[in-house]
Amino acid sequence: MSSLSTYLHQNKDRAWLYYIFNRFLPLLIKYIFLFAFSMVFLAPIIWSVSTSFRKPAESFTLPPQWIPRQLDFSNYTQVFATTSFDLYIVNSVIVTTSIVIGQVLFASLAGYAFARLRFPGKEVLFYLILATMMIPLQATIIPVFVLISKLGLSDTLTSLIVPAWPTAFGTFLMRQYFMTIPDELSDAATIDGASQFEIFSKIYFPLARSGIAVLAVLAFNGYWNEFFRPLIFLSSETKFTVQLGLVNLQGYLGGNSISLVIAGIVMSMVPVLLILFIGQRYLVEGILRSGMKG
Amino acid sequence: MAEFNSLTSKAQPAHSSWGSTLSGRRKREAVMGYLFIAPVLIGLIIFTAGPVLVSLGLSLFKWNVFTPPEFIGLDNFTRMFDDRETITSFFNTIKFVLMTVSGQIVIGLLLALSIHGLKKGILRDYFRVAFFIPLISGATISIVMGYLFHKELGAVNYYLNMIGIPSIPWLVKSNWSMITVVIVSVWQALGFNFLLYVGALQNIPRDILDAADVDGAEGFARLWNITLPLISPIILFSAVIGVMNNLQIFEIPYVMTRGGPGDATRTVVMVIQQAAFKNFEIGYGASLAVILFGMIMVVTLIQFRMSRSWVFYQ
Repeated sequence: MSSLSTYLHQNKDRAWLYYIFNRFLPLLIKYIFLFAFSMVFLAPIIWSVSTSFRKPAESFTLPPQWIPRQLDFSNYTQVFATTSFDLYIVNSVIVTTSIVIGQVLFASLAGYAFARLRFPGKEVLFYLILATMMIPLQATIIPVFVLISKLGLSDTLTSLIVPAWPTAFGTFLMRQYFMTIPDELSDAATIDGASQFEIFSKIYFPLARSGIAVLAVLAFNGYWNEFFRPLIFLSSETKFTVQLGLVNLQGYLGGNSISLVIAGIVMSMVPVLLILFIGQRYLVEGILRSGMKG
Repeated sequence: MAEFNSLTSKAQPAHSSWGSTLSGRRKREAVMGYLFIAPVLIGLIIFTAGPVLVSLGLSLFKWNVFTPPEFIGLDNFTRMFDDRETITSFFNTIKFVLMTVSGQIVIGLLLALSIHGLKKGILRDYFRVAFFIPLISGATISIVMGYLFHKELGAVNYYLNMIGIPSIPWLVKSNWSMITVVIVSVWQALGFNFLLYVGALQNIPRDILDAADVDGAEGFARLWNITLPLISPIILFSAVIGVMNNLQIFEIPYVMTRGGPGDATRTVVMVIQQAAFKNFEIGYGASLAVILFGMIMVVTLIQFRMSRSWVFYQ
């Protein structure tokens, strides 16, 4: 290949050959590769959507139908009529929004302190908090489960919400954002006699909104789709979140009714998609920022 | 005059207390600092740091929640070696991590490198969305995957048959079911690596690439000697995150295979969940969690150690 390219370099008069081998072919290969993968990546989502709009009896027809011939909404009405899907959604909305709000507040306060305030032991405490990011959920969940039972909070949405509030990742992320805001702002505010809390809430918190957006989008996505903790903490079906509820439904709705579950799966993806769509321009930046700069 | 005196005498202490307000301000700032970090700090102590220590303690006990815990030393740890299911789950998890993490890195890099040179536009946006979209799916997408990979009715085998490949027993045969779980998890989390790499490629300083052009570095040599070393810190980062996440694999095999056929896709976290929350062997579950935590720490440290020889920091 390299001898070919040197040959082409030496024979520049055959420009069209050079063009085909060095420009056109690589580009063509790139496009074919990208298209093939993009189709593989989209296929499960497209299949879910089209199956959800098909009559239950036609769910598994082969060849697979990627575009439904006619839109049939019966799966959508049936999943609400025959299951507790409405409850799952309400539960998921309560749990996810409560966690997002709590994480944003907790992480902004701590992130601000680590970025802008001086106090003894700051470095050590920050690295201790960072170190907890290495701890897997499984290493804490048994004692947390016991604690929740002792507090009489078994099988409650609270048991999912409160333990998720303290976030090491969020603290780290918000610190990164607060560090980029110039010092002069707080100096001016201090001279005007603003208290430390006012400086935080009136000046810095609003300025860190892109960081808040990133944290909120990531937390929403993560906790809306959370499966492990709900599976372990919740036992009554009326408390189930969307993910747990649908997996549970699949277990005892056999045969044709599975298209109801698929309609539920499609609906369960809509809120995350919306939130991502709104927050997308912050998101890539956020992932890079949290990943690259220590 | 008396009035004047009282004014000046008041002014004096007022001036000296101005000096002490400076250190008073320092003190107040410190107090505010502690107050601001208190919710996260106390929360992490109660729900993360404390429980890890309790897990360590519990791993030395036999406890079924209903009767008082009984101290049994390291019996839980020695029991693992006699427990066929547990040993299998550790091997499965390691196999799964190796295949998934390398798959995510290699395919993520190929896709990011392919998209990198493309002009900004609808097509580029379409690719980005396509590779990103699986990230928004949860455990339930594994239900869908279960149907797509169904041996007789699934779309995957249908298309394989069309190009002349006989049906593959995806979820039916042991070794294939592990591969199916790997495929689904690569599909689901690849977008994260892809985004990281695309961002890293965009951040490569223009002057370095110009210098490479002058030197005539092209094609594979340019990729291997210039591009990859420049983004190696991000590759390391994605590898560390990938290993940490995938050692905790649970959802996909739980939903698609329930660990089967046999124990072919049973993972460590599935065994922990089974032991602690189904069989109420709290101590045994805790000891497995401790081992998993140890593995995550060791692997992370090893990755950072090894990275010294190949990661290039600017």
